[in-house]
Amino acid sequence: MSTELGHFALILALATAIMQSILPMVGAARSDTRLMNVAPMAAVTCFALVLLSFAALTQAYLTSDFSVLNVFENSHSLKPTLYKFTGVWGNHEGSMLLWILILAFFGALVAVFGNNLPPTLKANVIGVQGWILVAFLLFIIFTSNPFIRISPPPFEGQDLNPILQDIGLAIHPPLLYLGYVGFSISFSFAIAALIEGKIDAAWARWVRPWTLTAWMFLTAGISMGSYWAYYELGWGGWWFWDPVENASFMPWLLGTALLHSALVMEKREALKIWTVLLAIMAFSLSLLGTFLVRSGVLTSVHAFATDPTRGVFILMILCVFIGGALTLFALRASSLRAGGIFAPISREGALVLNNLFLTTATMTVFVGTLYPLFLEVISEEKISVGAPFFNLTFGPLMVPLLLAIPIGPLLSWKRGDLLGAMQRLYVAILGGFAVALIVIYVQTGAPILAAVGIGIGIYLIIGSMAELWMRAGLGRMAFSKSLGRLKGLPRSIYGTAMAHFGVGVTVIGIVAVSAFSSEDIVAMQPKDQIEAGGKTIIFEGIENAQGPNYQVQIGHFTIMEAGREIGKTTSEKRFYPARQMPTTEAGIVTYGASQLYVSLGDPQANGGLVVRIWYKSWVTFIWYGTVFMVLGAIISLSDRRLRVGAPAARKTKATAQQGASA
Amino acid sequence: MTRKQKRFTIIGVGMSFLLSAVLLVMFALSSEITYFHSPTDVIEKAVKPDTRIRLGGLVEHDSIIRGEGTKVSFTITDNEQTVVVNYDGILPDLFREGQGVITEGAFNVMGGPFVADSVLAKHDENYMPKEIADSLKERGVWKDGEPITN
Repeated sequence: MSTELGHFALILALATAIMQSILPMVGAARSDTRLMNVAPMAAVTCFALVLLSFAALTQAYLTSDFSVLNVFENSHSLKPTLYKFTGVWGNHEGSMLLWILILAFFGALVAVFGNNLPPTLKANVIGVQGWILVAFLLFIIFTSNPFIRISPPPFEGQDLNPILQDIGLAIHPPLLYLGYVGFSISFSFAIAALIEGKIDAAWARWVRPWTLTAWMFLTAGISMGSYWAYYELGWGGWWFWDPVENASFMPWLLGTALLHSALVMEKREALKIWTVLLAIMAFSLSLLGTFLVRSGVLTSVHAFATDPTRGVFILMILCVFIGGALTLFALRASSLRAGGIFAPISREGALVLNNLFLTTATMTVFVGTLYPLFLEVISEEKISVGAPFFNLTFGPLMVPLLLAIPIGPLLSWKRGDLLGAMQRLYVAILGGFAVALIVIYVQTGAPILAAVGIGIGIYLIIGSMAELWMRAGLGRMAFSKSLGRLKGLPRSIYGTAMAHFGVGVTVIGIVAVSAFSSEDIVAMQPKDQIEAGGKTIIFEGIENAQGPNYQVQIGHFTIMEAGREIGKTTSEKRFYPARQMPTTEAGIVTYGASQLYVSLGDPQANGGLVVRIWYKSWVTFIWYGTVFMVLGAIISLSDRRLRVGAPAARKTKATAQQGASA
Repeated sequence: MTRKQKRFTIIGVGMSFLLSAVLLVMFALSSEITYFHSPTDVIEKAVKPDTRIRLGGLVEHDSIIRGEGTKVSFTITDNEQTVVVNYDGILPDLFREGQGVITEGAFNVMGGPFVADSVLAKHDENYMPKEIADSLKERGVWKDGEPITN
């Protein structure tokens, strides 16, 4: 019964979304307040209906209602409750429902928190959001309906892919979707602004918090996905340049560019056209990512099902939205007035450089990801583009960008002093050099590139603090006075420093783990031992056991250092009978920032076992860095200037209200 | 600098930058990609030694031979031709006889065994890596939805 309710709610949501996509925009065009006022109501209703629908599906999962096809295909009565719940989005249909739920959620957020927006802009933004909702609701109802029943209901379900039976599934997809779909708001703002033909600094000020929110979630989602793949797949890698990873990385890169260009637009009214284009492209790449992952054109752990009609449908959505948006852009872009001018060496110039590098990097990832598909279509040759390609193209692009990060905030707007900025960074530059030399000295024979990489990381970490240092006037005046100044600084400056600091931390992690890790694959008998990262690992033996919905072989290991036991770990080989599928659970022990990673392989004829043991130097820095980036975004978002809306926004609102009341 | 000159400087710098990025991408695409081949392709196209390729197909039944330590060898087939693969390392969880697999590596000598440095198996039991599915379909060995018998 509740399943039918969910199905019905989904169709009602479609009806509401159609209303949401038409009435407010007609209202905005005719300055009809009553029609425009439909927008918030429709957006909130739509969210409530999709939520109801999502709840119905969740209930079917929690109660293991195998008369629902989707539940039968992806759940099992013995599965732990948490995985029954997360299994709701551990499949194509359910994950699309989550996608739509988040899309509707963002629409409702604009409706509720968008009170400082001019009424026509708000109506148009919610209207565009409605179009996206309509498209995806049609998609789910016609090609991926999660509420289809089967008769007679089977007795037991087929279980969820064991790789997905992990806490990671509870966190990674929702965060990633919040990021992906969050860019729909920037997109809707861009389209609404193009429709109205009016874009100014206030627009950038409204868009930036939404973009920052989406960027924050996307950062967290990608980072979480990376850590999940690292510990769950048992390959010990944290990034594979897999097409699906790239699909989430491209919107992230462009989203980062958008954050920075919106800053220029907000402060200086320059780069208007470019910012609007970025807002369109960031969401377009999110849509492209959805297409790549959901259409089954790629071989990936994320491709749940391959159904050509779905691929074609998403491709159509892709064409309509990207094509439509770019056409509108082409028609309207010329009417946008150019903003303030600036010298090439200035804060604006630095941010333009940032954008240039980020978009070019996005382009290289784009080519690397789509070229194999393209080549297959035109020549039927099948190729794979892997890490070597990206290391050669993406890598060199990142180095100058990283070097420029601390300099940018030290340049003044309009016309900057590059030499002055460099002089202020002398501590960071010297620190970077010193650490690079120390790395070469300590790790004799360390690759020069690795030492340089670590040096750059240190330079970023120190350099990111330079702006705070300068603004507080530390060392130039009494300490208490500096402290007072620090307190008075806007939070967005702290956010910037924190996020850039995080980039430095991540860089150090990436370089260190690539250069200094050790890997051993050995056949071990019980009581055999092996050295890794200055520790001795003793294989104690194998134990057979039974999990809730799997059988498991547990390999026990003792870790010794200097003749003393310092810990134990286990690695498991699980077998899930429902899917006839084995998985490996790695044993991971953290020492400081480094990790010992033990993963079981195949049993040997003579009773031994192949074991893979990594010592991953400083690997956790990669994810700690992203934590700093996310914290930076949160601090920035808590800035009063973003929450309340700046004077210009208030003025617009005031005049708009006068207009409305008159 | 006048406004016009400034704009040209920025556009010029941007363009030369883009150009170098494009050249880099083209160079990388010509040198850093690997082609996918089925066993039949390998023989028809006479793949040269030391060329990195991806070799994919089904793991032939009763062909897995475990050697000393972590060494293993198995045969990949597309039901027409077969190629023996040598691999040193841990096979993925989903590596099984009669199932699809993709290996990456090179031939040391023409006609010799394929020396793989990575082995990828499909991600779940009813999913076939696309490259393999296509190459099997092409040869009429397998159709969508059919269980794999070999």
